[in-house]
Amino acid sequence: MQNDSYVTKTTINKVSFWKNNAPLLGQLDMELTERCNNNCLHCCINLPTDDSAAKKKELSSNEIKRILKEAVSIGCMSVRFTGGEPLLREDFEELYIFARKLGLKVLLFTNATLITPYLAELFSRIPPLEKIETTVYGMKKSSYEAITRVDGSFEAAWRGINLLLDYKIPFVVKGVLLPSNKDEIEEFEAWAATIPWMDEPPSYSMFFDLRCRRNGNKNELIKELRLSPEEGLKVLSRKKDKYIKEMKEFCSKFMRPSGNRLFSCGSGHGGCVDAYGYFQPCLPLRCPDTIYDLKKGSLKNALTNFFPKLREIKTSNLDYINRCAKCFLKGLCEQCPAKSYMEHGTLDTPVEYLCDVAHTQARFLGLLKENEKAWEVGEWKDRIRLFTNRKVLKNRRMQ
Amino acid sequence: MKGKASQNKIYKVSEDVVARDIQGELIIVPITSGVGDLEDEIFTVNETGRAIWDKLDGKKTLREVAQELSRDFEGALEDIEKDVLGITQELLKRRMLVEATKS
Repeated sequence: MQNDSYVTKTTINKVSFWKNNAPLLGQLDMELTERCNNNCLHCCINLPTDDSAAKKKELSSNEIKRILKEAVSIGCMSVRFTGGEPLLREDFEELYIFARKLGLKVLLFTNATLITPYLAELFSRIPPLEKIETTVYGMKKSSYEAITRVDGSFEAAWRGINLLLDYKIPFVVKGVLLPSNKDEIEEFEAWAATIPWMDEPPSYSMFFDLRCRRNGNKNELIKELRLSPEEGLKVLSRKKDKYIKEMKEFCSKFMRPSGNRLFSCGSGHGGCVDAYGYFQPCLPLRCPDTIYDLKKGSLKNALTNFFPKLREIKTSNLDYINRCAKCFLKGLCEQCPAKSYMEHGTLDTPVEYLCDVAHTQARFLGLLKENEKAWEVGEWKDRIRLFTNRKVLKNRRMQ
Repeated sequence: MKGKASQNKIYKVSEDVVARDIQGELIIVPITSGVGDLEDEIFTVNETGRAIWDKLDGKKTLREVAQELSRDFEGALEDIEKDVLGITQELLKRRMLVEATKS
């Protein structure tokens, strides 16, 4: 039995960790509340902090604990606490410590405005084991609060971010591109590069989702705020060589028609519990036909019986069958049942905006000719081969 | 609690970690800071370590643990004692075990 080392450090995020023996549930998203202390222009989910009707419906501490315990019993290693703003929950500290003591890693999505010295000390003493993720809406009070529409939110967020830095709590920042801050990208990225835990430049939201619950009074505003496909491409490709290199790798792995089956994205292997106890196959999908009531059943039952049936659903919408099902830009396009539901209230209606975004990128990459539609391309495999082979030729020249 | 492991002492799992059995794999998850170095670090224990870990119940001395393992695996007691001391030492150093008193 003799051995030199008995214990090995590892990370659960390594894809090969479980080999072929993965647990039923790897990661769970828990939306602790839909309420938020910001009122962001573009947000797809936020309700006012003082929405007492929403608060009253939210899961209790004990209900959340029961779900977390079951998640752990079926192998879950990591829980993402998101919202709304999860730190608005008065029992956040209790839930956080409970999750960590179950042996869960906690990924916290927060706007950072409610991080206090007390919470920073807690994260220092009992680390989340995942980098906290926070969105920075602007580098100036005027640009930041033009988006959050809450006076004082800029100072509060930076106070929170500075606490994370002072207490050396690992975190990363993300951006959102809106008219008030779009000229601040350089400044934002230069600052983000000084954060010790930023391994890559920040990612950005710019092709905004409509309201998840289809409460559409904000939808027209969100549509107006979306970057046009051309503007989006300009942002994505501003570091052209890097963008093309990444897209070649991406295209070689993920580009192919998805067929008539709606859920081709892997959703339903994990899932998201909303603030009221409904288990969704993914975070944005709130269609009543695709959610599972955890007050009446278990995570295990949802994962083994309910979600697998969703994954078998095939579309009968001819528009989808003739376009999306045949389209080889599937990996590039964000079309999915969740986005379709948000836009149209159905699971299988093509979203024109997302279609335009994907086609604009594909034309830029040389995968499509001008005015060509991707679902009309029979020789799509050749197009991808040609695109990805260019990398090899270029590399050879470089050698 | 980073003292030297002793055959005559009893050890138990520290409150600084949680041990989880997932799909037959023993995974040790740090709870408090300082057990791991990185934000996403967890620990696995090899087969030998696992066999020993399962016996560290806060009731038996390391000598008793080694004797039980020697019977279970029909191995030489001397070799097994070395393994038991080795892993206990490593786990003490990593704050994954603490000394317990006999109840």
